[in-house]
Amino acid sequence: MFKLKATIIKDFRILLRDKVGISLMFVMPIILVVVVTSIQNSTFQLVNKNKLSIIINNNDTGQASKQLITAINKIGMFKASLVSGDQSEKQITDAMHEKDAMLGVIIPANFSAKVSAQSKSIAGKALKSFGLEGDSVKHAAGGIDPLTIYYNPVLQESIRLSVQGAIRSAMQLVESRETLRSLYFSINEKPLPEKLENEMLNNQTAINEIPVSKDGTRSTPNATQHNVPAWTIFAMFFIIMSLGGSVVREKVSGSFIRLKTLPTNYLVGLLSKQVVYLLVTMLQAAVIFSMGIWLFPVFGLPALNLPSDLMALTIVTIVCGWCAVSYAICVGVFANTQEQANGFGAVSIVILACVGGLMVPSFAMQGFFKSAADISPMHWCLQAYYTLFLEGGKLKDVVNNIIPLFIITLIFQFVTFIGLKRKKLI
Amino acid sequence: MAVNAPLAIDIEDMGFKYPGNPDVSFSKLNLKIAKGERFGLFGPNGAGKTTLISLMTGLITADEGHIKLLGLEVGKQNNAVNKLFGFVPQDFSFYQELSPVENLQFFGAWSGLTKRTIKQRTDELLDILGLDEVRNKPVEKFSGGMKRRVNLAIGVIHKPEIIFLDEPTVGVDVQTRHAIIDYLLKLNKEGTTLIYTSHQLSEAEDLCKQVALIDNGKIIAQDSLDKLMADHKQESLEQMFLNLTGKDLRNDV
Repeated sequence: MFKLKATIIKDFRILLRDKVGISLMFVMPIILVVVVTSIQNSTFQLVNKNKLSIIINNNDTGQASKQLITAINKIGMFKASLVSGDQSEKQITDAMHEKDAMLGVIIPANFSAKVSAQSKSIAGKALKSFGLEGDSVKHAAGGIDPLTIYYNPVLQESIRLSVQGAIRSAMQLVESRETLRSLYFSINEKPLPEKLENEMLNNQTAINEIPVSKDGTRSTPNATQHNVPAWTIFAMFFIIMSLGGSVVREKVSGSFIRLKTLPTNYLVGLLSKQVVYLLVTMLQAAVIFSMGIWLFPVFGLPALNLPSDLMALTIVTIVCGWCAVSYAICVGVFANTQEQANGFGAVSIVILACVGGLMVPSFAMQGFFKSAADISPMHWCLQAYYTLFLEGGKLKDVVNNIIPLFIITLIFQFVTFIGLKRKKLI
Repeated sequence: MAVNAPLAIDIEDMGFKYPGNPDVSFSKLNLKIAKGERFGLFGPNGAGKTTLISLMTGLITADEGHIKLLGLEVGKQNNAVNKLFGFVPQDFSFYQELSPVENLQFFGAWSGLTKRTIKQRTDELLDILGLDEVRNKPVEKFSGGMKRRVNLAIGVIHKPEIIFLDEPTVGVDVQTRHAIIDYLLKLNKEGTTLIYTSHQLSEAEDLCKQVALIDNGKIIAQDSLDKLMADHKQESLEQMFLNLTGKDLRNDV
């Protein structure tokens, strides 16, 4: 026990004097959590606060295009700027750059006339199918020229699709209104009363969104609740940059030669590293969670709400930290140089984070990657954290995540042992 | 060596080959070093000195034969064997980020000493080796000579019965060399067996009673220094060395 204690003290002393290592383990992940949460928070608030800039070039002079612009504004997701007159593609893109707009919508000339003609044609066909005499005048239904949407290539496909859906629903509102007016006029030979029109078009059924949690609470998840747990896991695995290098450094330095000639097994050295760096991962989690609770609101970010089951949170964090430490030691034992340990370590944790669902949710993955997520320890850590932070889960709800994580950790330990034996280090 | 003198080192029919490097190999090597001896192991670069020390300290394992330290077999009773000897490798074998005291605390614990003994030995060694004033400063800031003294202090903290010294004075100034040699002689007077390698042949004349010349994995001469020089009709160890190993330059890959 005295040997282990002396080794732990030695490892702590070396760690505390490694300023670069400490900053890599604490400062970098903290910056990462703040930056990623801030960015994701902007995306979460896109609809409410940070409206997407859009340029609308209206080449039509009729009412339908004005109604369309009103409907687009009503969606609440865009900050629209109007550009009038016939503009070339270059002029539109220049205007987008000038106004820092991500999107440009072109409403074609004769848009209103064509919407009206199509609506009358549909109304006539509807009346005929009802067995009523429709308008005897034949309306040419040649179809409406398409709207054109220019977009900045940096806009993600998911955002583009949701923009397209929003504009399509605004368009549908305009077309429905025209069709309804035509139908009403054909039957009653007078315009559709405004009150009735509003009741028919604006009285849509509301949609209630209710988060499903395990403890019955109804708190709405936000960017902080999503990102802080995810990037805390990444920070824990990031210790590979210090620990992996430390194992290699000790292995290739003269001190290891002496250690091998002393009456103490090197496993004591590795056990000490596990204890020291497990404490580091605990400290990382405590620092990042504390920042989420107290510092994020200062930056205008939502505060982090800790799970109600703190015992479960502690157990998950310990198992997750131990897994990260075991992985780092495993890489350190097999690497021959510090460059190998750092290079492989950095790339491998980014891959494990991708596969594990830290960057793209694993439920959105397809085929092979969905199955591959199961072999990433970060996936199980993330599932456990999400169960606690987002779903209000308890210890019994995360047991199914802790067990695979524990098994993966034991595999890392076993592989490390084999590596030590093969390299005759123990 | 008296016929029945207790042996510190007993190597019997030892064979070893470096995988992929047949240049350094031993075959049926026999070497006996008496307890309390000051034994010098000399040879040109690549002769196998460091390999032989690595075999005796159990850092590498012999393919055949036996190596015994004070009657205990290396490779089979490693935990007991490792308590018997101290090792002062050629490279600095400690943590440069730590101070001499912190290094001695750690290596003392790994050598099996108690907290109290470590403190007592640390104070003693730092005083003898002139490191007391810098006891709490990180070793990385030390000169080469000071680092050599730290390297030696760690190797002897547990008062081993045998000390292996692989070029312990390489790159140090005259004062440091004298301090190291004086301390080693003092340890030997107290009964410690010294097994020593160096390129400093003049130093060997000061320190060693017995020497062995090794080349190409074979011991080509072994006896007391005076007798060897008398037998080979040479006035200095250096002349005898050149006479026995030739003047060709050697590479140690």
